[in-house]
Amino acid sequence: MTHPVDILLVLVILLNFLVLGTPALRVTIRAVAVQGAILAVLPLLVHRGFGWRVAAIAVATMALKGILIPGFLQKTMRDVHIKKEVEPYVGFVPSLFLCGVGTGLAILFAGNLPLAPEHVGTLLVPASLATLLSGFLVLTTRRKAISQVVGYLILENGIFIFGQLLIEAMPFLVEAGVLLDLFVGIFIMGIVINHIRQEFSSLDTDLLSELKD
Amino acid sequence: MEIGLVLLPLVAALVAALVPSARVRPLVVPIAGFLHTALLAGLVLGNVSSGRGFWLRLDPLATVILGTVSVLFLIGAFYAPGYLVLRPDRDNRVFCAGLLVFLAMTSLLTLAQHLGLLWVAMEATTLATAPLLYFNRTARSLEATWKYLMIGSVGIAIALLGSLFLAYSAYLGGGEPSLLFDDLLAGAGSFSRPWLRASFVLLLVGYGTKMGLAPLHTWKPDAYGEAPGLVGALLAGGMTNCAFLALLRVYRVVNAAGEGAFARELLVFMGLVSIGLAAVFVVRQRDIKRMLAYSSVEHVGILVLGIGLGGIGVFGALLHAINNGLTKGILFLSAGNIQRAYGSKSTDDISGAISRLPISGSLFLVGFFAITGSPPFGPFVSEFTIVNAAIGGGHPVAGTIFLVLLGIVFIGMGSTVLSAVQGRPGTASAGTPYRDDLARTAPILVAAALVLLLGLYIPAPLVSLLERASAGLEALP
Repeated sequence: MTHPVDILLVLVILLNFLVLGTPALRVTIRAVAVQGAILAVLPLLVHRGFGWRVAAIAVATMALKGILIPGFLQKTMRDVHIKKEVEPYVGFVPSLFLCGVGTGLAILFAGNLPLAPEHVGTLLVPASLATLLSGFLVLTTRRKAISQVVGYLILENGIFIFGQLLIEAMPFLVEAGVLLDLFVGIFIMGIVINHIRQEFSSLDTDLLSELKD
Repeated sequence: MEIGLVLLPLVAALVAALVPSARVRPLVVPIAGFLHTALLAGLVLGNVSSGRGFWLRLDPLATVILGTVSVLFLIGAFYAPGYLVLRPDRDNRVFCAGLLVFLAMTSLLTLAQHLGLLWVAMEATTLATAPLLYFNRTARSLEATWKYLMIGSVGIAIALLGSLFLAYSAYLGGGEPSLLFDDLLAGAGSFSRPWLRASFVLLLVGYGTKMGLAPLHTWKPDAYGEAPGLVGALLAGGMTNCAFLALLRVYRVVNAAGEGAFARELLVFMGLVSIGLAAVFVVRQRDIKRMLAYSSVEHVGILVLGIGLGGIGVFGALLHAINNGLTKGILFLSAGNIQRAYGSKSTDDISGAISRLPISGSLFLVGFFAITGSPPFGPFVSEFTIVNAAIGGGHPVAGTIFLVLLGIVFIGMGSTVLSAVQGRPGTASAGTPYRDDLARTAPILVAAALVLLLGLYIPAPLVSLLERASAGLEALP
């Protein structure tokens, strides 16, 4: 726990709990923004050698995950006049409990996988899996389309943490591509959200249930 | 050289976006489609291919899949102007550009020789198709688009995690950190096994979601049901084949690492589950497009089943990728015409399609016989090869289950299709002015001719290409 990376990762995990425990959309979007900003710092700490590539990734991550995407989500939230997540499919307390169980399982599972010597003892793998599971939980248990997008972002954040193990093997072009795809994806989801509101005057994905067998 | 296959449609997309006239714009699509197919044919015939170390390469596997996608796109592209003429109410700028970006991204995906680039292209393909699904701007198409985006994005996120696991498995194995498939294949022997197995499971789930393997298919009936027939054809015949190729590239690495048996077991299982689920849902399905979606679930199941069986099953699966792609073209385009004529896609309203639309109705029936594996059409040959691989390769149980399920699907689809094409047209269809004409039937006729040809005679160069592709897939370094 002395390593600064681990302190940041504990913060990331705590933010997962915050998102799952609050009904206020504004808070969840803020939490995701803070989480994104923390992730932007990670590459600088994981890699002692301060190359231009690592710096570029940090800057791009800060810009996209810390500022642009949360800003875009907040704008969407204002445009569609939605402030609160009401009546999620799974209540706030049970989902916090599930998140705790998921985090515990992630730590157990990560302990069973072989690691490179330089990664042994860090929280990178368990934090990555725990964040991924939390994201999945938000995505599947929330009714509002914006909340689902927040869940998707958290899921991607979990994958980003895992990517830190591999920063040498992932050429810059691919990393840029991943971030760009993420941004465009969120952007298109935002457009669809706007259309959902116009069509249904609400953002409950419950209303999207006409298609079935 | 290969980069031209990606850049050409991208430039065409830009042109389509800039053309001011909604009447002229759709013509960009067939022109670009033709140039793409011609360029691809030139590269294949000229034996042009980059060597090791390049990020894009037209290898045999890429040739098989991109060739199918390119020809299917060409057929769809010639259909597009005839379709868009009927939709003057809809702005087609985004639609035309989206079609061409889809072609560019599928080209990038098939040519990609890099694990990360492959993933980026898959995600880009998904994003390019989302506006195509929402072309009709109805509440139902909105719902389908949202499900498609969310489920597809999560699937692709899982595939990214799987790619990272695979990379970490290679990292632990030592050697040069590289995500090029050539380097991964060369170093596969020393990979960390636990990470490799976990990565294959994640990649199977991730790319399996894009293929629409059961139980990850839930977006498919909605997306195919609500999309225009043209988009349904490109998704069912193009996108699924591209995701299949992505899975094959990964399978090849896993196989080279000596975990092929583990992977094949999973593939056989997923394949049979998909075919089984399709058999359950295709029975008594009244919506003709949702029926086609379940047929697509069935056929992606057949593809992975063939790979999982190994031996000649691999050859059969690659041949089936071609046959299935083209046959889905016949089915979705003719179903689109039928839907337009009746203003409905339910057999509650559709009857007597052959007398109402002699050409589209007959082609729909022909497509049904082809896709269910009746001779003398192409899918019969490829499905027969896969059955042979099962019986001859020591999987008699899998082979028997496969045959029984094929029979159920035939009967299930048959009752829906026959009730749509036979009998007298109801009064509902009299109200729509839609008539078959050359622009909307000739492309389907071409697809039907190709499927028939592949059933009667497979040209020797194609056999040799398929043999090289399947040998490369199974080869151990």
